[in-house]
Amino acid sequence: MEQALNWETFWWTTLGVFLTLSTFSFLYKDNPFYKFAEHLVVGVSAGYFVIILYYNGLRPNLLDHLFMSNTWTPRFDQLYYLLPLILGVLMWARFSKKWSWVSRYPIALYIGIATGIAIPLEMRNRVIQQVYGTVGQTGFDFAKPGFFGIPSGIWDVILVILVIASLVYFFFSKEHKGWFGGLAKLGIYTLMIGFGASFGYTVMARISLFIQRVQYIKSWWEMFT
Amino acid sequence: MKRQLPLLVVFLAGVFMVIQYFVPAEFSEKAYEFLIDWTIIIGIFALALGIWSLIRVSYHKIKTKQEGYFYSYVALAGLFGMILFGFTFMGGLESYMFTHFFDHIMIPIQSTMFSLLAFFIASAAYRAFRARSVLSSVLLIAAFILMARVIPMGPLSDAVTVVSNWILLVPNLAAKRAIWIGVGLGIVATALKVVLGIERSYLGRD
Repeated sequence: MEQALNWETFWWTTLGVFLTLSTFSFLYKDNPFYKFAEHLVVGVSAGYFVIILYYNGLRPNLLDHLFMSNTWTPRFDQLYYLLPLILGVLMWARFSKKWSWVSRYPIALYIGIATGIAIPLEMRNRVIQQVYGTVGQTGFDFAKPGFFGIPSGIWDVILVILVIASLVYFFFSKEHKGWFGGLAKLGIYTLMIGFGASFGYTVMARISLFIQRVQYIKSWWEMFT
Repeated sequence: MKRQLPLLVVFLAGVFMVIQYFVPAEFSEKAYEFLIDWTIIIGIFALALGIWSLIRVSYHKIKTKQEGYFYSYVALAGLFGMILFGFTFMGGLESYMFTHFFDHIMIPIQSTMFSLLAFFIASAAYRAFRARSVLSSVLLIAAFILMARVIPMGPLSDAVTVVSNWILLVPNLAAKRAIWIGVGLGIVATALKVVLGIERSYLGRD
């Protein structure tokens, strides 16, 4: 049985397909269609983030502390939230050449808090956890089979050596000569395989997106048939 | 004074946040949550600066009738349209126009822009694949094996799956871990430079 065409869906999808093709037209060269889509997405994305940050950031973190929910009746139990509000408004001193130095205070507080949080967190998550993952969590089981019939414990030892070799490559305070240079060379080969793997994955991810866009255009075309 | 006092604020806030991480007390957690709220609020007010900058640049282009000024109307219409439809009196995040603008304007253009990179990456790949050295050949072979595994119709053979799993779990994991450790140490070193006032470029010039 033939299905009736939903005109509302049709028009919105047609707009989406038009914008998709306009963006793809950049493959030929920069042209008015691409410029139109480019400027439209800049405006729409900026507006989208204004709204998202209002609902998910400003409202729960500031307005709900200063006003009763869903009404603009002030509440007086958390007036200390006026402080971040004042600091936020001070950011706008950037608009004035004379008073722009005032905006350094909220920036300083922001930077201070962010860096203060980053020091222990980054040390734990990126450094200690990675070292623990390399040495502490690995099984070093020489009885369990691993890749290519070689026990997994041997691959674990190789993994540790390759991590050290890659770190040695990053170490430029000592000349890469002799055994140190050899280890650094092993490190650069390891890094190249890592970059190759990431590159391969990125290429395939982009191609998947391209296939998805083609399927989107195909679904629009099927509305007529 | 215009520079020294902000540097003191950075130092005090930074040191306080480092200390509170090691203090397992309720007041410490409360202070952490409160200060996180502060950073979110300050960050949102900073976003307004960016939006204002977009409006000012577009307005200036229209006013001086610069080449392609018509596109500034498009950007401003998108911005104000989205803000208008997103506010509560128009239905908020669930409003018809807001969701349809998101689904049929923002998503198609952004995904197409990302998928466009497939073509530019293919051109970069062509240049990379003309392997001229052992190192670039190693990169090429690793990339090729991974690509052969994740093609849409599934891996080419079991051998490809085994070799690509080995690449991912041995050399690739080692490289990633070394990079993460390097990045982590870099972030900590930079953060320490900021807290101690050695790095102060974020204050701008007088």
